Amino acid sequence: MVGEVKTDFGPPYYKDLLHPVIAKNYGKWKYHEVVRPGVIKRVSETGDVLYVVRFGTPRLLSIYTVREICEIADKYSNGYLRWTSRHNVEFFLTDENKIDDLINEVKERLGFPCGGTWDTPKGEYALTNIIHTQGWIHCHTPAIDASGIVKALMDELYDYFTQHKLPAACRLSLACCGNMCGAVHASDLSIVGIHRLPPLIDDDAVRRTCEIPSTVAGCPTGALKPDMKAKTVKIDPEKCMYCGNCYTICPGMPLFDPENDGSAILVGGKVSEARRVPELSKVVVPWVPNEPPRWPTLVTTVKKILETWASNARKHERMIEWIERIGWEKFFELADLEFTEHLIDDYAITPFFYSDYRWSTQFRW
Amino acid sequence: MSETPLLDELEKGPWPSFVKEIKKTAELMEKAAAEGKDIKTPKAARGLLKQLEISYKDKKTHWKHGGIVSVVGYGGGVIGRYSDLGDVAPEVEHFHTMRVNMPTGWFYSTKALRGICDVWEKWGSGLTNFHGSTGDIILLGTRSEYLQPCFEDLGKLEIPFDLGGSGSALRTPSACMGPALCEFACYDTLELCYDLTMTYQDELHRPMWPYKFKFKCSGCPNDCVAAKARADFAIIGTWKDEIKIDQEAVREYAKWMDIENEVVKLCPTGAIKWDGKELTIDNKNCVRCMHCINKMPKALKPGDERGATILIGGKAPFVMGSTIGWVVVPFVEVKKPYTEIKEIAEAIWEWWDEEGKYRERVAELIWRKGMREFLKVIGKKADVRMVRAPRNNPFMKFEKDEIRPSPYVEELKKRGLF
Repeated sequence: MVGEVKTDFGPPYYKDLLHPVIAKNYGKWKYHEVVRPGVIKRVSETGDVLYVVRFGTPRLLSIYTVREICEIADKYSNGYLRWTSRHNVEFFLTDENKIDDLINEVKERLGFPCGGTWDTPKGEYALTNIIHTQGWIHCHTPAIDASGIVKALMDELYDYFTQHKLPAACRLSLACCGNMCGAVHASDLSIVGIHRLPPLIDDDAVRRTCEIPSTVAGCPTGALKPDMKAKTVKIDPEKCMYCGNCYTICPGMPLFDPENDGSAILVGGKVSEARRVPELSKVVVPWVPNEPPRWPTLVTTVKKILETWASNARKHERMIEWIERIGWEKFFELADLEFTEHLIDDYAITPFFYSDYRWSTQFRW
Repeated sequence: MSETPLLDELEKGPWPSFVKEIKKTAELMEKAAAEGKDIKTPKAARGLLKQLEISYKDKKTHWKHGGIVSVVGYGGGVIGRYSDLGDVAPEVEHFHTMRVNMPTGWFYSTKALRGICDVWEKWGSGLTNFHGSTGDIILLGTRSEYLQPCFEDLGKLEIPFDLGGSGSALRTPSACMGPALCEFACYDTLELCYDLTMTYQDELHRPMWPYKFKFKCSGCPNDCVAAKARADFAIIGTWKDEIKIDQEAVREYAKWMDIENEVVKLCPTGAIKWDGKELTIDNKNCVRCMHCINKMPKALKPGDERGATILIGGKAPFVMGSTIGWVVVPFVEVKKPYTEIKEIAEAIWEWWDEEGKYRERVAELIWRKGMREFLKVIGKKADVRMVRAPRNNPFMKFEKDEIRPSPYVEELKKRGLF
């Protein structure tokens, strides 16, 4: 409590927000099967059955849309619903016969597509929603927009969301700068906003708003030096790798150039342990220009990589598993991408120690 | 002619449009305000459209660097945001975001959701994200003077909501749907996540560390909340005994599934055999990757001796590069009141608080100081499961009691070097 104001009371207790069938069968689920794209049938040891119906959303939602979602949940789902970790919304149905009505009503009222699931037993997968960040909608450090690129890309990949057409899971993500609020570093196919030029230091802003030692210490490559006389910092453009960490620390270090900021494309990251151990994403396209409002070059390139994988991979073979089977040289050839010197790691401080650690839960007892 | 020709292009196409969401908000907020509803910033969504269109034209952001804003008693939970467009878009001069701690597992009742909508209609832009990258409900855009009353109204709801974490604090912990909906959950992810959230409210609301710290709870190695990639402290469900097999259900799958090619041959350790009648698993060689269980959820189940593996150090590239978390506790029991998990976390925080540099994540501190020191901090012995392979070089530190007494040692001591 601060004065009369209640503080530190935390989120509502989740058990008070569960659909009655979920509350009753908590910890008692026996198995699930995906009866069609977007519809997961969950069967309990008690014999209860729940249909979880999934829809893609644009992540950015109006409160008026959320109220409509509530009306639909009241009508079909006993007044309960859930969001997934990838911005999909799910309704819970006990009556199989109402699934079509729900799907139609959501489509008509909200325009949200049903899908984003996968049937692992059959080895048929849909694409799920793209994890993404704020971009120009709310962020002060982005090199690219986020929502606009995701919208343009998902328009192109729409059928992959609504149908089970892919050979394996493929997680797409986008982060608008190197802070990587989206999980770009561990996704099958991802986009990250990058800068390509050093900060244009605003000495006056540095003097007014920044702590010089922490700004200098924030540079991972040692490109910044204090200029104590002038009470500002100096930059070595050779050493700077344009990560933008200094700008996050100090507003006097802006590094935005609309003509030179853009996107890098990465592939082959993986988080799940299934079959192959997890992996970090690898950069395969160093830079694509920023082309609002629909980013045609970026969208075309990402779609091409996705479809090259989809048409060549075996059942259950995720991006990195496919690439390792055929070899990186074959990947660049099939995806029609140029391998350039940019793609050879020279960010000198990539944690070397790390190569020996076990970043996987795969081990024997 | 439209005022937002570029954004209008993003209303086209089949995928739901965020531009439509902003336009809808602008229209309905203004309408509700005109009808006399108490709405403090009815033009914020309109202002955002204006500013975003300019960003689309200029190909750059028009948001300035943050600035410290919060609510009384908290040091975080609000992201300060100001427009650099001044008089061009006065509606979004202030456009601060409030991070609201979501219900664990993102389960909602419509009553809970409507409460949030009502408060945000009154005090904010009416725009939200379900959800932000860390998992919070994001209330997108309000003015400094409305932060406190908005927070207080959220707390007075019949189903009250509190703020989440931001800055150099514990970030809002998140969990997969766990036993609420999933048969694979090896522990109660929701209960652990909720317990950690409630235990560490102070760490969540009052930034006091070198940088951010994240907990994420996944119920099985499928890791649906990407804990090992996105959390400094990932708790991932696992088991120690044998995978449970229902042979009858396997034979049902065999009627249409190519078990040999799609299950047996894809097992990473070749631990599965299928003779057309019986499926056998060499559990001593199983690394619990989940592939066979994912393939045959009606037939295979994780074993009964369940718990979790703790991985430390998952993070995005700032500052030293991306890392996926690595194993530091191969197996921990996950039982209330979660004493062992909390003791490990608290020991890490104490060390990091003492030793960590500004904006140095735990992973980077371990890199700088070494696993040897880290293991002492958490009171664990080295385990071969922590590494993929032993080190490549022979340059090692030895403890004093590992060194034999010698005249050489005596000489070092004399010089103050031992």
